[in-house]
Amino acid sequence: MAKRIDVSGLNVFYGDFKAVEDVSMTIEPRSVTAFIGSSGCGKSTFLRALNRMHEVTPGASAQGKVLLDDLDIYGPDVDPVMVRSEIGMVFQKANPFPTMSIYDNVIAGARLNNSRMSKSQADDLVEESLRGANLWEEVKERLNKPGAGLSGGQQQRLCIARATAVKPSVLLMDEPCSALDPISTLAIEDLIHNMKEDYTIVIVTHNMQQAARVSDRTAFFNLSAPGKPGKLIEMGETNQMFTRPEQKETENYITGRFG
Amino acid sequence: MTTTDAPQAAPPPTGKRRIGDVVFAGLARSSGLLILLILAGVAAFLIVQAWPSLAANTQNFLTTQEWEANVREDPAFGIAALAFGTVLAATIALVMATPVAIGIALFIVYYAPRRLASLLGYMVDLLAAIPSVVYGLWGIGFLAPQLVPVFESISRYLGWIPLFAGPPSPSGRTLLTASVALAVMILPIITAMSRDVFQQVPQGHREAALAMGATRWEMIRLAVLPFGKSGIVGGAMLGMGRALGETMAVAMILSPSLSISWNVLQSGNQTIAGHIALQYPEATGYGVSALIAAGLVLFAITLIVNMAARYVVARGNKEA
Repeated sequence: MAKRIDVSGLNVFYGDFKAVEDVSMTIEPRSVTAFIGSSGCGKSTFLRALNRMHEVTPGASAQGKVLLDDLDIYGPDVDPVMVRSEIGMVFQKANPFPTMSIYDNVIAGARLNNSRMSKSQADDLVEESLRGANLWEEVKERLNKPGAGLSGGQQQRLCIARATAVKPSVLLMDEPCSALDPISTLAIEDLIHNMKEDYTIVIVTHNMQQAARVSDRTAFFNLSAPGKPGKLIEMGETNQMFTRPEQKETENYITGRFG
Repeated sequence: MTTTDAPQAAPPPTGKRRIGDVVFAGLARSSGLLILLILAGVAAFLIVQAWPSLAANTQNFLTTQEWEANVREDPAFGIAALAFGTVLAATIALVMATPVAIGIALFIVYYAPRRLASLLGYMVDLLAAIPSVVYGLWGIGFLAPQLVPVFESISRYLGWIPLFAGPPSPSGRTLLTASVALAVMILPIITAMSRDVFQQVPQGHREAALAMGATRWEMIRLAVLPFGKSGIVGGAMLGMGRALGETMAVAMILSPSLSISWNVLQSGNQTIAGHIALQYPEATGYGVSALIAAGLVLFAITLIVNMAARYVVARGNKEA
């Protein structure tokens, strides 16, 4: 079930360098939230801190509070492994496991939590996840072929199916379309639109039309100065952000008058 | 269908060949050819020198276990026992070394703090630098006596497995001792190959596993081991190549005797390389030629194992 994320006063560090400073925001369930901003402004770093994926980077750390409904994901007894099975992630570059078939890719994460899944349960979950990712019709005849044999857009939808097969409540997407052609991009955007009935979706994008098309709310990040940490400048309804932003900086960015 | 309809293709570059280029290309080419010549030369030498004894042999070379070659007439010798001992010792060494090597490599790449990891990597490389005669001394002087009580308990509890049927040798100088020494010697190469391939696992694959709630071990199982399989296999087979040919340590540890025995806790087995080293000083009559024939067999076995290793690694690279 979709859950709300409440962030207050989050700082993210790489070693001594502060990459993201003092971000507070609420991400609504059953909606799409877009993060926009120029490269290196900390939006991807912030996204990764929402499911503790930043901890994979050596030296990275975070301070502050992130609540998933009532659960403090940075709480002392909270296992990052559990956090990531609740808050899934899709990456910029489609990354299906190259040695696994399409079927095994989809089921890989679900098998981790439930290794005694019966064949029929597994079959159902694979079909459900692939249908959910709008990929079932294209691959149902070749589920045992390697996932790496699909096109880039299909691979990315396979990765989405793999992430949703774990039944997370939130899906984080880090520039999921930046390596795809316009038609594949459209397929993913349609998919995001359908999925928001069931999930809380956060998408980082460099493409402002995409943010405007898919998101309900938009957050704009920017650096306070070169070499300084990234900050949340403004967040609001996507419509309003793209027509009447409150901050001058936001307006400059979305109108392209930006250094 | 023509492929050259580009109008007025640029004239082929005909500029004069620079002298440095010619010299360097010649040097590189002749170095490359040299290695082929050396290999062919060694093979030819082995065949030519082995031929007199093989022709005079009264027994089937491939199936005979005895070694009566130090005579002027009617030698009777065969490679069976030696080839068996060689392959058995190398295989046992491989079985012991590979899991440890994978563990070390995984620890270095994914578990150890960075400074410990580089120190550990350096130490493993250092293992490869120890001369094999030192391993031999260590094998006789330390390992063999230390292993005697271990062998006794192995034969007591696992004696029903033919490999471990007792009674164990009181000296400890057995094939299993030699295999332990060999395992330590091939550990570095398997570790180094596994470590290299584990470091090349794309970050995307590792993050994909972690992002769906995999623990570190599950991440290794999902993303690292499948990707690294070919490197592990290749490293293991290169290690096996080394174990097959290793001479000094084995010759020092094993007592000279010749038989085919699955019982690795008793003395009685010998390897080709060890046999050559021990017999050569006393070889007379057809003896030298017969030992060279044994060398030819070792050369062939090692070549096959190394080629298999290259093939596995190359195929793995193509897939990845």
